[in-house]
Amino acid sequence: MKRFFLSTVTILSLWALALVALPGSLQAKEIKVGAILAETGGASFLGGPEGRTIRMLVDKINADGGINGDTIKLIIKDSGANPEKAISFAKQLIEEENVLAILGPSTSGETMKIKQICEQGKTILLSCAAAEVIVDPVAQYVFKTPQKDSFAVKKIYMEMNKLGISKIAVLAGNTGFGKAGKGQLVKIAPEFGIEVVATEVYDKKATDLSAVIAKIKANKDIQAVVNWSIVPAQAIVAKNIRQAGWDVPIFQSHGFGNIKYVEAAGAAAEGIIFPCGRLLVADSLPDSNPQKTVLMQYKHDYETKFSETASTFGGHGYDAIMILTEAIKAAGSTEMEKVRSAIENLQGFVGTGGVFNFTPADHNGLDMDSFAMMTVKDGKFVLYEN
Amino acid sequence: MTSELFLQYLFAGITYGSIYAIVAIGFNIIYNTTGIINFAQGEFVMLGGMLSISLHTFLPLPLAIAIAVIITMIIGALIEIIFIRWLESPSVLRMIIITIGISILIREAALHVWGEGVRSLPYFNGNEISSIRILSTNVSPQVLWVIGVCAVIVVLLSLFFKFTSLGQEMRACSSNRLAATLCGINTKNMVTLSFMLSAAIGALAGCVVSPITYTQYDSGTGLAIKGFTVAVLGGLGNSMAAVSAGLLLGIIEAFSIDIVPLAFQDAISISILLIILFVRPHGLFGSKEAAGLKEF
Repeated sequence: MKRFFLSTVTILSLWALALVALPGSLQAKEIKVGAILAETGGASFLGGPEGRTIRMLVDKINADGGINGDTIKLIIKDSGANPEKAISFAKQLIEEENVLAILGPSTSGETMKIKQICEQGKTILLSCAAAEVIVDPVAQYVFKTPQKDSFAVKKIYMEMNKLGISKIAVLAGNTGFGKAGKGQLVKIAPEFGIEVVATEVYDKKATDLSAVIAKIKANKDIQAVVNWSIVPAQAIVAKNIRQAGWDVPIFQSHGFGNIKYVEAAGAAAEGIIFPCGRLLVADSLPDSNPQKTVLMQYKHDYETKFSETASTFGGHGYDAIMILTEAIKAAGSTEMEKVRSAIENLQGFVGTGGVFNFTPADHNGLDMDSFAMMTVKDGKFVLYEN
Repeated sequence: MTSELFLQYLFAGITYGSIYAIVAIGFNIIYNTTGIINFAQGEFVMLGGMLSISLHTFLPLPLAIAIAVIITMIIGALIEIIFIRWLESPSVLRMIIITIGISILIREAALHVWGEGVRSLPYFNGNEISSIRILSTNVSPQVLWVIGVCAVIVVLLSLFFKFTSLGQEMRACSSNRLAATLCGINTKNMVTLSFMLSAAIGALAGCVVSPITYTQYDSGTGLAIKGFTVAVLGGLGNSMAAVSAGLLLGIIEAFSIDIVPLAFQDAISISILLIILFVRPHGLFGSKEAAGLKEF
């Protein structure tokens, strides 16, 4: 009898407990997060690693119990770097899925096409694309994780000043990134006493550029070539320059930060100088570097899971999802306006791109120090030391 | 323009031209026996490159290329047998749409198999930076491979079509299908054969150009457009004309860079295609009468 009584009490109390606990567990929500990434197509070197990184992190966050008890539901759309697709996906994610935020797109061209859509739809956009125009002028809901391209240009020009280079040729791919970079290169050059003698734009699907290299090479004034693109053609540029027997210094943009480009360019990649986030040289950073732990952790997780070398592009995806997570935690809510303002006030967040300090006027949050100059030695990225 | 620059442009033009020509030849073979444009031709080029790159991880280069060519050839045959052979007097439009569908199918399959990254075969001789000095210019040895392979293919094809009975049967099939059937030629087998032949040529082209252009799951499309332009420019169905037209287009593209910005390069080739279609729809080297007899 006593035993029966005890078990009844236990069952009853458990049931009561469940009743109290149940509304709590019912309250745990799903946070819908969209992503528009160029997982296929010409910019797949960006979108591929970004997509893999974001999936990996979302799985990890959900496995660890979510953010404030809420799990993330990730909806990834593959735009194939097509701006028209990006537009329709953005509308779909905002209007039909009512997502809290959109991560990506991978390319600057796509981002610029959906900047206004997100602004008007009052949905947070955390772009993984580099062009400065994404956050200048600032749009309330639009943020970006990669470093600004003007910082990259300045870093390159500072290096050129040291090397005594004053007349350069600029090559750029006909993508949003290439066009924006070319604009910055031409605009900033006079500040550093550098003259852009020749500019050429090539198709993003270009397969051989030896003719245009011949044209530039014929101009004996040119002391260095700067190439600005995200497409495989940047490996072709390097090959064609060296095949023409031209021994000119080659500078590339931060779009070169994927080891696969180095593999594609092979021996021609040796000695290319470019500014990039420190992820590529995480191993050789001193322990005192604030980013070291984050970079090593991400590199290790990504490389063990996908057995391919981590790139800075995957890092931009990492920063995008982690900034959102941090902001939701800080806001203690998933209300659009609160999360948005939490991102805007996020300070000292250590990401793969650098240490982010957002302000209402700065929706990128990185400074020039987030770049380091790098070069290729024996098929590997190393810090460039002059 | 200095003579050095002139030669650099010329060689760049010949490089582009040979790549275009080698793709255009594949178009012509299928056009000759079936009267259709096989829009999956670019995908044969991509498949040849991708297969040889995968095989090269454990096979020596010549063997990897040979096997890649054979596999692509079998794929070409299968495509014809599965999608085209059983059609009873299909319209030209229907067959073209079928080939467009096949090209999308192959591309998506390649995306799943090989992923989205670019790959390439190693340079056959030397590496990415080696070049051979010809006259006063530097040329990558791979360019000579492309030109050489293109030349060999053209010569072998002409010999095959002129002197072997199989080649003559294929030509008969292209001249008049009904008459060929009446003479006891199995025209259906000839069509299969033409798909195999052009798949093999496309695959071989994909292997030799891979070190220069890289291979990606969707790299066939761009090459196919240029190859098609060249095939039309030369006059559909004529492989020799395709080579001349290819070189012509390549050289025009290369020299145009001196005058107009590089960004207009593709605009120039597309403009040429449009002008040809308006003014000489039978191509630069084709005959108007022969073109008039074709359905397409």
